Amino acid sequence: MSVQKTLNGNQTIAEAVRQIDPDVMAAYPITPSTAIVETIAQFKADGLISGEYVCPESEHSAMSVCIGAASAGGRVMTATASQGLALMWEMLYIAAGLRLPIVASIVNRALAAPISIHGDHSDTMGARDAGWIQIYSENCQEAYDNFIQAFRIGENLDVRTPVMVGLDGFIISHSMEVVKTEDDAAVKKFVGEYQSVYPLLDTSKTFTVGPIDFTDYYFEHKRNQMEGIENAPKVILDVGKEFGETFGREYGFFEEYRMDDAEICIIVMSSAAGTCKDAVDELRDAGINIGLLKPRVFRPFPHHEIAEALRGKKAVAVLDRCASPGAFGAPLFTEVRSALYDLEDRPKIVNYVYGLGGRDIQIEHFKDVAKKLARIAETGKVEEIYGYINLRE
Amino acid sequence: MAKLKDIAQLEDRLVAGHGMCLGCGIPLIFKVALRATEDPLIISNATGCLEVCTTIFPRTAWNTTWVHSAFENAAATMAGIEAMYKSLKRNGKLPQDKEIKFLATAGDGGTYDIGLQALSGAMERGHNFVYLCYDNNAYANTGGQRSSATPFGASATTSPAGSEIPGKLQRKKDLTKILAAHNIPYVAQANPARWQDLYNKAKKAFEVEGPAFLNVLCPCPTEWKYDESMTVKLAKTAMDTCVWPLYEVDNGKYKINYTPKEKKSVTEWLKPQGRFRHLFKEENAWVIEEYQKQVDEDWEELHKLVEMTK
Ligand SMILES: Cc1ncc(C[n+]2csc(CCOP(=O)(O)OP(=O)(O)O)c2C)c(N)n1
Repeated sequence: MSVQKTLNGNQTIAEAVRQIDPDVMAAYPITPSTAIVETIAQFKADGLISGEYVCPESEHSAMSVCIGAASAGGRVMTATASQGLALMWEMLYIAAGLRLPIVASIVNRALAAPISIHGDHSDTMGARDAGWIQIYSENCQEAYDNFIQAFRIGENLDVRTPVMVGLDGFIISHSMEVVKTEDDAAVKKFVGEYQSVYPLLDTSKTFTVGPIDFTDYYFEHKRNQMEGIENAPKVILDVGKEFGETFGREYGFFEEYRMDDAEICIIVMSSAAGTCKDAVDELRDAGINIGLLKPRVFRPFPHHEIAEALRGKKAVAVLDRCASPGAFGAPLFTEVRSALYDLEDRPKIVNYVYGLGGRDIQIEHFKDVAKKLARIAETGKVEEIYGYINLRE
Repeated sequence: MAKLKDIAQLEDRLVAGHGMCLGCGIPLIFKVALRATEDPLIISNATGCLEVCTTIFPRTAWNTTWVHSAFENAAATMAGIEAMYKSLKRNGKLPQDKEIKFLATAGDGGTYDIGLQALSGAMERGHNFVYLCYDNNAYANTGGQRSSATPFGASATTSPAGSEIPGKLQRKKDLTKILAAHNIPYVAQANPARWQDLYNKAKKAFEVEGPAFLNVLCPCPTEWKYDESMTVKLAKTAMDTCVWPLYEVDNGKYKINYTPKEKKSVTEWLKPQGRFRHLFKEENAWVIEEYQKQVDEDWEELHKLVEMTK
C-alpha cells in the first residue's frame, strides 16, 4: 500500500535509502544534497538501517569507499552535488570501468567559479562521458521512483554499470511535495537481492582487480565496458514497466506531453519540465499546437526513440540548463540534433541555455520560446540557432 | 619468536613473475610482511611500482586477492572493502567466523603526498586494516621525482642538483609521527634489513583491533643510484646512521627497537648513492652538515618521546 507523505526531494531520497537499506553508504556533505547524508546518519544512529554508513573526509574518498565496497561485493550508494561530483570525477570513470553498479543521487547544482549553491546541470553534464547511466527527475515523486529503479537497472547482470539519478538543487531537493511512498517490504522486494560478481570477500578464490593494461588490451576492455551501457535501454524499459505494474507509475526514456498533434515542440529536462507543462496548456488554450518532450534518461541517450518522437514536427527548441563553452550548442541540444540527422524530413532545431546558477524560468519564458518556434515553423528559417533565456546581456 | 626457517615455509602471497628491478626493496618487504598473517588477505594497492610491476594484464604476481583503483586512494578503497566486510558480517551475509585481514599499501608518493588525506581520514575513522607505506623516497614508477619523503639534499628529477641549487632543500616529512598523532593502536617504522623486526611489527599490525600503520624504508637502486647488490647493506646503514630509526608506537608508547652500537656518520649513508653525489663537492659541505644535524635532532627527539610516554 502506498502512503502519501509531504516530503522534499532530499527526504524522498533518504526515505528510499532507508527502505532499500544498501550494504554500504558513503557520502560527504555539500549543499544542496547535505540533508540526504544527514538523514542517513540519523537513520543509522536510530538503528533504522542495518548497512554500514561511512562518513569520509572528501567526495574523492567517498567514491573510493564506494568502489572498494562495491568490489568487495554488496549494494552501495552515495549522494553529492556540484563540486563534490567534480571532486569525484577521477573515480567516476574507475567505478564504471570496474563495472561496479553504484547508485549516486546527484542534487544538481552549478559549478564554480563563481561559486553558486543553486541548481543547474553543469555537474552531471560534465560527467556525461564517465560511463554512468544518467536519469533525471522532474519532481520529488520521480526522484523517489527513479532512485529505486536505479538499483535494478545498474545491478542487472547484463548492465553492471553505475547509475546517477539527478534532481534539481533547491527546486526539487528543498521543495515540499506530496509524494507517494511505497511499503518498505514492497520496495525491498522490487529492488531484490544483490547479486555479486567476483566479490573480493569470496576468499575461496583470489582475484586481481584493476590491473594495468597496455596497448594490447585497453581498447578491448573499454569496448567490453560499453556493452554494459548498450544493454541498458531494454533493462530501463523493462524496469520502468514493472515499476508501473507494481506501483502504478510507469516510466520510459522520456515523457511526451501533448505531443501527438504538436507542430512545434520544446525539449527540456528535470524540474523546468513541470513549468513547461503549464505553459503548454496555456498555449494550447490559445490555439497553438505545441508539445513537450521531457528526457528522463540522458545516458544511454535514446537517440532513435527521440528522433521518432520528433518525426514530422516543424520546429524544436532544446533547452539546456548547462552550457558547453566552445561547442556547437549545449549537451542535450547536440545529442538531439545528432539524433535527428538520419530523419529524411528533419524539424528545424534551436538551442536555448537557461537557468544557470539557479536562475528562474517561468511560464512567460516558455511562451517566448513558443513564439520563436511558431515563427520558425511558419518561415522555415532559423535566424539564431543558439540563445539564452532570462539573461541580462 | 618466529624463526626464518618457519617463516620461509609459509605460502608466498607475492610470487614470481613480477617485473620489479634487480635489487628492489619492495619484494623483500612484502615477502616478509605478508607472511605475518595466515588468514585470507585482501590488498588495496595504490598506483606505483608495486602495482604496475605485479599486474600487467593478463598476468598477476599476486597469490592473494588484490585490488587497485587509483593513486591517492588506497586507504579509502580499503576503507570501503572493510566497511562492506563489517556490514555483510553483521547482517549474516558472511559467516560470523570468517576472518579476513586487510592491507592497504602505497609508495611514499601515494602516502606522504597525494594519498595523505585519504590515509588520515581512514585512520581517524578507525577502519580495521593495516596500511603499509614502502618508502623509497621518490616517485619511482614515474622516473624518480621528488616526494615529501625525499631526503634533504637528494637530487630527484623535480628537485635536481644543479649549479645553483644542491638538490632538494626541504627536510623530509616525518610521516610516522603524523600517523602516531592519530592515536591509532599501532604505528611503526621498519626496514627490510631487519626482517625479524619487520615480521614482528607486521604481525602486531595485523593483530591489533583497529588501524595500524607501518612505514618501511625501501631501498631503490634505480632512483637512489647504487649498486643493486647493496640493497640490504644500504638499508642496514640507514639504521646504523639513524637516518631511519626503527621504532614503534604501541598504544601511544614509543619504543626504539634498534640502537646502533656506534652511531655512524651520515656520510656512510650518502656516499654509496648517486643521488647524493653532488653533496661531496666542496661548496655543498654545508648540506651534509645540515643533514647530519637533522638526523641528530630526530634521534634525540625520539629518545625524549620514549621517556615521555613511559
Ligand atoms: C592523480 C594522479 N596523479 C599522478 C599520477 C602519476 N603517477 C603514477 S605513479 C606515480 C608515483 C608513485 O610514487 P610512489 O607512490 O612513491 O610509488 P613508487 O612509484 O615509488 O612505487 C605518479 C606520480 C597518477 N597515476 N594519478
